[in-house]
Amino acid sequence: MEQAPPDLERQWQPAPLEPLGHADAGLQAAVGEEAEGSRDEVPGDGTEHALGLGVLMTENNFGLKKIEISVSEAEKRTGRNAMNMQETYTAYLIETRSVEHTDGQSVLTDSLWRRYSEFELLRNYLLVYYPHIVVPPLPEKRAEFVWHKLSADNMDPDFVERRRIGLENFLLRVASHPILCRDKIFYLFLTQEGNWKETVNETGFQLKADSRLKALNATFRVKNPDKRFTELKHYSDELQSVISHLLRVRARVADRLYGVYKVHGNYGRVFSEWSAIEKEMGDGLQSAGHHMDVYASSIDDILEDEEHYADQLKEYLFYAEALRAVCRKHELMQYDLEMAAQDLASKKQQCEELATGTVRTFSLKGMTTKLFGQETPEQREARIKVLEEQINEGEQQLKSKNLEGREFVKNAWADIERFKEQKNHDLKEALISYAVMQISMCKKGIQVWTNAKECFSKM
Amino acid sequence: MDMNSFSPMMPTSPLSMINQIKFEDEPDLKDLFITVDEPESHVTTIETFITYRIITKTSRGEFDSSEFEVRRRYQDFLWLKGKLEEAHPTLIIPPLPEKFIVKGMVERFNDDFIETRRKALHKFLNRIADHPTLTFNEDFKVFLTAQAWELSSHKKQGPGLLSRMGQTVRAVALSMRGVKSRPEEFMEMNNFIEVFSQKINLIDKISQRIYKEEREYSDEMKEYGPIHILWSASEEDLVDTLKGIASCIDKCSKATEKRMCGLSEALLPVVHEYVLYSEMLMGVMKRRDQIQAELDSKVEALTYKKADTDLLTEEIGKLEDKVECANNALKADWERWRHNMQNDIKSAFTDMAEENIQYYEQFPTLGINVCRKRQGFCLACWWEKGAGQIALGTDTEGFINPFTAES
Repeated sequence: MEQAPPDLERQWQPAPLEPLGHADAGLQAAVGEEAEGSRDEVPGDGTEHALGLGVLMTENNFGLKKIEISVSEAEKRTGRNAMNMQETYTAYLIETRSVEHTDGQSVLTDSLWRRYSEFELLRNYLLVYYPHIVVPPLPEKRAEFVWHKLSADNMDPDFVERRRIGLENFLLRVASHPILCRDKIFYLFLTQEGNWKETVNETGFQLKADSRLKALNATFRVKNPDKRFTELKHYSDELQSVISHLLRVRARVADRLYGVYKVHGNYGRVFSEWSAIEKEMGDGLQSAGHHMDVYASSIDDILEDEEHYADQLKEYLFYAEALRAVCRKHELMQYDLEMAAQDLASKKQQCEELATGTVRTFSLKGMTTKLFGQETPEQREARIKVLEEQINEGEQQLKSKNLEGREFVKNAWADIERFKEQKNHDLKEALISYAVMQISMCKKGIQVWTNAKECFSKM
Repeated sequence: MDMNSFSPMMPTSPLSMINQIKFEDEPDLKDLFITVDEPESHVTTIETFITYRIITKTSRGEFDSSEFEVRRRYQDFLWLKGKLEEAHPTLIIPPLPEKFIVKGMVERFNDDFIETRRKALHKFLNRIADHPTLTFNEDFKVFLTAQAWELSSHKKQGPGLLSRMGQTVRAVALSMRGVKSRPEEFMEMNNFIEVFSQKINLIDKISQRIYKEEREYSDEMKEYGPIHILWSASEEDLVDTLKGIASCIDKCSKATEKRMCGLSEALLPVVHEYVLYSEMLMGVMKRRDQIQAELDSKVEALTYKKADTDLLTEEIGKLEDKVECANNALKADWERWRHNMQNDIKSAFTDMAEENIQYYEQFPTLGINVCRKRQGFCLACWWEKGAGQIALGTDTEGFINPFTAES
């Protein structure tokens, strides 16, 4: 459903083409203005997200609106893929509701179906256009850290359900981010079903992505990165390693716990069969057996809740990669800057040598003149002139690169601080809810075994 | 003195019930107290074996003294069991622990194996002592009191090995016949034994499996907890929470080990003993059937052969008495055994349930504090641990007890 009011077009433009790393100047201004007037309504620190509301800034003649986003359904579909082969995939229904200020009622404004690959496309776009932002991660592509009972099949209904929740979470995170929520492509993702892929591709973002090789090169060769980013990189490595270790062991623990509970279920069956031959013990055995069955089946719900906990941790496992992406961008920019400075310095030196006639550095021209004869003064003058032009250009570029770099560091660090607070809040809640789960498991256990004990003592 | 922890209920025949009521305020009716302890390894040129010390205290007149201490090895127990079976073919003789454990046993003299065996032997002797008939068996007395050389010479007095083997062969042949003419009540008994044997074997396997799963769970938890401590090293704001969870996991692991201990002390030995009992019972049924078959074959002989009718009739008369005795003995002992089994199973499973309740109650009560901040809310938890408190979160105002507040 496309019904963007005319004045919205003016407000929302895709991020500018050049230079990369610059927050969109036009958008930036808009953000600045709106941010002033809307502090009360856009905390954007993730708490709305916790309450199930995503805030999307839309501006029309009626002022700011609040919007609810939900991924409400998942459906299996078959279609033809790029190679014209039949494939099965899952599509997710995204519903957007606007919440009227006056009466708090919500009205369905948009609903469309998207598949996982489209979410990936959206995220890749965001990564390219907002390299200074810690972009929220998507739920895992394939089921990892599975334990015995869990299926690694992407079509498994439990996996699909957990993915649905993860995708909703992703959208809410983007929508509650003060900068990302204003992106037009994101708005179109929620509102324009057809043609959206083409629109994204038309931005040409794939071409602007930094090549992996370039980034890797920069990481190794950069001489003077901001220490905070280096520390952040180490932190994200540690975070990733500790969370994946924890998830792996948790999966094994879940497996074992499952075993303990389920084996007790066998008592149920055997007690029931045994009770058939017992006169006095029969009733007690039978009812105790029933409680054993209850005990054995209680583990299913318990472990399902634990999976949600695992998913919460997984989100931050993947966030570690997002953090590293920001660090990489900084290293790339810093390396670029260093290279430019180096280049400029060498050109200046060349110029100086030409002017004074001393040759301290090696140059091919110098070599050839030695071998084939001196150049004329006119030729030398020409070369000096070219170099001076290049030096001028270089100095301009260096200045702007410097500025860019500092802007980037400032903006990135602001987002990182925001991220840190969000992370501490979310992880603490997740850990505490895990503890609460354990307590509830114990309460259930006490109840079942108290009942069983009563049955046994009546035998 | 370390009294045996096990003492089966007295049989519920009217007479003994009267006795029980009469002596309710007085200590046990038992007048024979036996303990098995101090396993010791003996090495000779031919073999290595373990002996166990057996201490008997008694007030019975027929014993020469009131206290005896002897050493016996497993072979001696086997001998005793054989003698008891011989003397009382249709009584339910308590089972002995197995000669070998089939699976996974590397060393015969592994400490756990010896301890398990010692406990089972202790139970064996005490069950005999508590049995109204077996307790007065002469071989039993010799076993408890005779010195090593006395025992050896006493052992040699019984029927020789060859004659015993001959008996066994004949017995097997006869037992086949006995099944056909089994009276109704023994058919029922046999049916019970078959089903019971099946079920108790399953329960034995299930219980062993639970033990194994709990062991593996506890091991995984040991690795799980420390990861949280490791994590807390890189997270300033989450240190308390992470450390709290790590300590909780650690507690859980220890509690699981305690639960396993309870299982292996209360439930597993009892269940296993009844597995062995069920095999015993089948043997008893066979022997009863044999005795019956002896009678039936003589009766058959009488109907076909006219000669030696007088002799046969006399023999039949004796056998009829024998059969009646055997059947009555079995019937009485069967009631007693059923009753004991019920109590033993009941108390073993009740203990197991209690262990599980205690396991889940190990964890401290949780206090949840929910307080509203400027934006949204933050959740903080307290672990209450009697005197001390470990905070998982921050903020302490407005403590709400989750068990009373609605959540």
